[in-house]
Amino acid sequence: MKRLIAMIALMTPAAFGLAMADTPRQMGDAYGAAAGAGYQASAPRGADFYARRFGVSEKMASCTACHTDKPAQPGEHVITGKAIKPLAPGANAERFTDPAKVEKWFRRNCREVVGRECTPGEKADFIAFVAEGR
Amino acid sequence: MKRAMLAIALAAASVGALADRMPIPAGAPPAFKAECGSCHLPFPPALLAADDWRRVMNKLDRHYGDNASLDEKAHRQIGDFLVKNAGSSRKLGGAGGDPPRLTLTDWFRKEHDEVPASTWKDKRVGSAAHCGACHARAEQGSYRERELRVPGMEGKRHGRD
Repeated sequence: MKRLIAMIALMTPAAFGLAMADTPRQMGDAYGAAAGAGYQASAPRGADFYARRFGVSEKMASCTACHTDKPAQPGEHVITGKAIKPLAPGANAERFTDPAKVEKWFRRNCREVVGRECTPGEKADFIAFVAEGR
Repeated sequence: MKRAMLAIALAAASVGALADRMPIPAGAPPAFKAECGSCHLPFPPALLAADDWRRVMNKLDRHYGDNASLDEKAHRQIGDFLVKNAGSSRKLGGAGGDPPRLTLTDWFRKEHDEVPASTWKDKRVGSAAHCGACHARAEQGSYRERELRVPGMEGKRHGRD
């Protein structure tokens, strides 16, 4: 019995870790649900948001400034020149699998580029567009 | 006398080491690479003095044109790590900029005094913080002159070694 409890205790962090890993679809669904009952995420709306020139930051006027016109392509940080892996999950399987990381970057980049936090609906649309992988 | 010689040899070795090999020191919290290495190379802590790192960490919301704010735990871990592994202010000199920039210490400027203005302006370089634009193995913490690949100077010998 003791051994069984020990085994369960050992397995729990692993099981928890697995539960933490999400798919882009699950993450998009979660943001969609947070946007309100009946919200339908839209890839075309996400595409428009992705390409829109907010102009809040001179160098980072839009998402495309660092991530290029196509989320499936590698990007480059517009100030430091550091390579950025593609946003599209089809080109980079790590994307949109870690909710905390996704939320952190939405928070940072939305403030920087959009000038405010993004809404759950905008995030759901963004993921719907990026997950198309073009 | 022997002790003096040893001191000189050690000093020379450490100057060389500062110039050539700057791997991320052991004991770096995972947050260091994850947070400081997402927009730029996770810079070697030895490139700024402790007081200058403190000033950088106290202004993360205005981080050279970006908001790089951290949660409290990551902020403390990274700050402690940077200060503990900071460089010597005597060797580096004070850093210019507000917050201070490790590309504006006396040491950094002297090390890069041969780099022509045209190279700094080259689109492939873009920023003095883009170490990897010329230091091909910067990601591995290696800055040896023989590894230099300066955009626009391909094939030319460059450096003092």
